[in-house]
Amino acid sequence: MKVFFKQVQKENYPYNTYFADCLKKLFITAFLFAALTLIHFISNPLKANIFNSQYFVLENGMQVVAIPNHRAPVVTHMLWYKVGSADDPIGKSGLAHFVEHLMFKGTDKLPSGEFSRIVAENGGQENAFTSWDYTAYFQRVARDRLEVVMKLEAGRMRGLVVNEQEAGTEKGVLLEERSTRTDNQPAALLSEQMGSAQFLRHPYGTPIIGWRHEIENLSHEDAIKFYKKFYSPANAVLIVSGDITIKELRPLAEKYYGAISPLEFSTPIRPIEPPHRSARKVSLIHERVVNPSITRSYLAAGASDLNDALALGLFAEILGGASTGRLYKSLVEKNTLATWAGTSYQSDTKDYGRFFIYCEALSGVRILELEIALDMVIEELLLKGPSKEEVSSAKARLQTGIYLALDNPYAAAQIFGRALSLGLTVNDIETWPDRVEAITRTQIISTARKTLRKEGSVTGYLLPSKEDE
Amino acid sequence: MACLLKNWCIFILGVCVLGNAVIFEPGNLMASNQFAQVDRIVSPGGIEIWYVKEPSIPVISVTLGFRGGSANDPVNRSGLGNFALALLDEGAGSLDGIEFRRALADRGISFSKDISHDLVSISLQTLTKHSEKAFSLLGFALKDAHFEVEAVNRIRSQILNVIAEKKHNPRIIAGQRWYQDTFQNHPYGRVIDGTEESIKAITSNDLKMWVNRHLALDNLVVGVAGNIPANEIARLIDSALIGLNISSSVSRIKDFKFPDKGHTQIIQMPLTQSVVAFGLPGLKRNDPDFYAAYIMNHILGGGSFSSRLYQEIREKRGLAYSVYSYLLPLKHGGLYLGNVSTRNDAVSQVLSIIRSEIHKMVEMGVSEEELLAAKKYLTGAFPLRFDSGFKISKILTHMQLESLGINYLRERNNLIERVTQKDVHYVAKHLLNSKQLHVVVVGNPDNLETSGL
Repeated sequence: MKVFFKQVQKENYPYNTYFADCLKKLFITAFLFAALTLIHFISNPLKANIFNSQYFVLENGMQVVAIPNHRAPVVTHMLWYKVGSADDPIGKSGLAHFVEHLMFKGTDKLPSGEFSRIVAENGGQENAFTSWDYTAYFQRVARDRLEVVMKLEAGRMRGLVVNEQEAGTEKGVLLEERSTRTDNQPAALLSEQMGSAQFLRHPYGTPIIGWRHEIENLSHEDAIKFYKKFYSPANAVLIVSGDITIKELRPLAEKYYGAISPLEFSTPIRPIEPPHRSARKVSLIHERVVNPSITRSYLAAGASDLNDALALGLFAEILGGASTGRLYKSLVEKNTLATWAGTSYQSDTKDYGRFFIYCEALSGVRILELEIALDMVIEELLLKGPSKEEVSSAKARLQTGIYLALDNPYAAAQIFGRALSLGLTVNDIETWPDRVEAITRTQIISTARKTLRKEGSVTGYLLPSKEDE
Repeated sequence: MACLLKNWCIFILGVCVLGNAVIFEPGNLMASNQFAQVDRIVSPGGIEIWYVKEPSIPVISVTLGFRGGSANDPVNRSGLGNFALALLDEGAGSLDGIEFRRALADRGISFSKDISHDLVSISLQTLTKHSEKAFSLLGFALKDAHFEVEAVNRIRSQILNVIAEKKHNPRIIAGQRWYQDTFQNHPYGRVIDGTEESIKAITSNDLKMWVNRHLALDNLVVGVAGNIPANEIARLIDSALIGLNISSSVSRIKDFKFPDKGHTQIIQMPLTQSVVAFGLPGLKRNDPDFYAAYIMNHILGGGSFSSRLYQEIREKRGLAYSVYSYLLPLKHGGLYLGNVSTRNDAVSQVLSIIRSEIHKMVEMGVSEEELLAAKKYLTGAFPLRFDSGFKISKILTHMQLESLGINYLRERNNLIERVTQKDVHYVAKHLLNSKQLHVVVVGNPDNLETSGL
């Protein structure tokens, strides 16, 4: 079913991208004035090439990026907080996501419901999303309404007011969201189990949405406490993309966000994974599964390790790029064992990433037969390495992909917001093609060998209940 | 106004302004005076192109719309169009499938194909520096796809797999059952993917025939956004499309009649959350009441967080994550559809809220404030549809397919502004007959009364 005239967007609201864990956090406290000295060094806007983005930092520590694109008199205004479900306290999974939902209630200046009413009255579209390391809020508006949404967004950075009853009702929404995303979907249930098996210590193994029994027990006080701790200027990144220049943005950012007092901010220290010594296997049998499938996940470098991340991005293209990679060629086209085979490297988490391989058996093909064939393809590539053509072709894809974001201010805002939230810099994005170009074939091979170790892997089998193996 | 460029004859017949919304709360930023100008170009080969030029962004986006869709698949070959589209990049021209897809991927060219009941859409997006190659690949795919047996059988097994998987997907089950019940033997009742039997029966020859009959110049509309001169766009479009058949041969379809009597059906499945599809008759895109209905839907269950259904079901009661309704103006009749998912013990409560909101809309229409708020949102959000070239190219084809006129972008907000409270109430009374409400629930709902077909 399609809507041609008008796309229904509601289902995206508020959504989360992946699943994560929560363990005990340690904190170090960094006083803001210490950070301010650093900020003065970098507060001159720096200008670079692809997007012509410009960057500065407000005195209270908030980072600001303008990404000009003057195609239409429209802007995307996004506020990213460097907090996500990996910061959920132990036993309270789903809390970061709960706070995201509650952010659409009232503030000390606006009664509940007014925020969205004002955005809509100004022709704005809004939404929000939560991941492991970040939570982001955005509005798309005509450029002459930018100030309206900046005022609103700044107002809920410190001024959120939620009553207990609203919070209780919203928990019902969260549970329905969990049912839609996870409980009703066999593949999502398996993915949750795989996440838990992948991380021995780090919170990335717990689902972003939270475990059902823990969502049920989240309290209004938990949410307010979490909000007060993490929602502050020095923990936020503002991105405005579209019909805007830094000259126009700076006074507005100073007026609305700059007015918020700097706060003492604590950066959580997260646990480190111990050595992974054994390959893990999990399986889920479900009556709604048609053909068995295999998902393999390897513990990998996170986004903060940019060179390894780029090498793995390239390796993922070579091994399993959409209908062009080695897996598709071998398992789908040549040996006709699978209906689909591909890879993805998850790089939107800062501490660790994951390298995924997925393939679904053709009807009648045994899952173990498929896994043997899959491992042969991987092992051959790891042993001999990719050809020079494969490397240059993978590089071209990673490089051109980013240029297409020039056409789409929302996509550009996403790229910058995510990168800055994960600790990368504006320069890392602006010089992306050069960074990709600099990765050597040897680097790709060594990073892949280091990452695709059986001991660091979890293999998940999704099986139909009738499977006779 | 006409102008002659070398031997190209390019007629620029229309100009359009992308208007700015009325200012309610003026800020420091002035409304921009930028225009999205739509040019109507006729290429040397005679192809009409609606074009928006944006010199500052080095990307070209093209959308081709071919009239007719899955409803026009032959009776015992349902799914044929979808199947054929899947093969366009499985080997074409001088390239095999892998080479073709690699040629696209290495240059970051995006090539997508889509089929709905009434329409086939093919989109291409490329960096301008790769445009020669991109359009040559587009030409290969449209005019010289191979349909080799190996690829046909591989895609066939993938489609069969999709069909088998969808049989276990509650959302799809609900939607398909709703369509089948509503349309019975009308072609809209057919599944876009086809059935196991029809997909098994389709031959290479059927697929080639579909391309010959369907992808022709006489049922084509073209929308382009990009940063190159109009004559260059015309040349590229000609290079890709000239050589397609001049005339299409697409079956005729009659208008459908929505059943007079609604039903509530349950398809039992062991789920914690029931998935609900519901719907009523809607109206066609060219119906004079379309904009009144559009506003009515926005207030009842449409796209913002303010809708009555969203407020009553999600905000006040926490019964659902997602609830919405939308108009689906098909070519041979309109639909008014909605979806909600809720826990099994709340299904009957949610359905009674939906019924009572429909009833309230019929009885009382909308308030002046609601109408004003809806208009402010719908007119103010209109420019958001034009912030990427890809979206613009799609809208340009839509404007042609629905005969909205080349000035549509300038006129559209006036059409919204013109709607009165009385218009909305009239269309609500006319459209929303809750006796016709057809509901399909997939799951294990408690205490729900059903009425079979």
